[in-house]
Amino acid sequence: MASKPRIKVPKSASAGEVITIKTLISHEMESGQRKDKDGNPIPRQIINKFTCTFEGQKVFECDLDPAISANPYFEFNAKVPASGTFKFTWLDDNGSVYEAEAPIEVK
Amino acid sequence: MKLTRRNVLGLTAGAAAFAVAGARMTPALASAEDAEKMIMEFTGGAKPGEGKVSLNTPEIAENGNTVPVSVSVESAMEGDDLVESVIIFADGNPSPAVATFHFTEMSGEALATTRIRLAKTQNVIAVAKMKDGSVFMDKKQVKVTIGGCGG
Repeated sequence: MASKPRIKVPKSASAGEVITIKTLISHEMESGQRKDKDGNPIPRQIINKFTCTFEGQKVFECDLDPAISANPYFEFNAKVPASGTFKFTWLDDNGSVYEAEAPIEVK
Repeated sequence: MKLTRRNVLGLTAGAAAFAVAGARMTPALASAEDAEKMIMEFTGGAKPGEGKVSLNTPEIAENGNTVPVSVSVESAMEGDDLVESVIIFADGNPSPAVATFHFTEMSGEALATTRIRLAKTQNVIAVAKMKDGSVFMDKKQVKVTIGGCGG
């Protein structure tokens, strides 16, 4: 269902700088409101949670409802105290977990 | 009143407008009540104040399937001056909940952008909960022209 997530994190920052992160993941985000050709409701299947952590510390989290568009996109900020890695996770209704990482270097 | 051509036209237009308004109002209100209830649940009964939160939405969305929405909250994001979470509602959708953002000190700034689905013209509401328990909200109307060629 979901393909490789796309992430935009600057390669480097100064210590304590607040940076902007952009993420996009391909996903149908089936709302559960639609019906198929025979009139049967299509069961809901969405990504219900997105988290971003930096070296184990929570940075940003979002609970998603079916009103989020297909291919959920997020733009948010993060403070960079030191060099390290941002980790991103998306949780699917069907139990799948999609993950991605992005390193950042403090100059 | 004499039944002239002008009168008849005026009356029909008025009646039609009323009918359309009526038909639109009922489901919107039902969902708006749900939204109100969910806001109260989120704030724990506290009445949200004005200011601090700013919600950025397009005035007119040509495609209700992807409407960019961005929300920011004035805060130092340190110590007690911290935004804990921001919840987004759309009061005319079949289910008003849209998303809940959770911030931490590591967020640096309480700011988030995403894309949402809107079933029709309606209000988008953002409610922010601060660490000290105070709540703030902002509301914007978005006109949705599904399938129309906007301009």
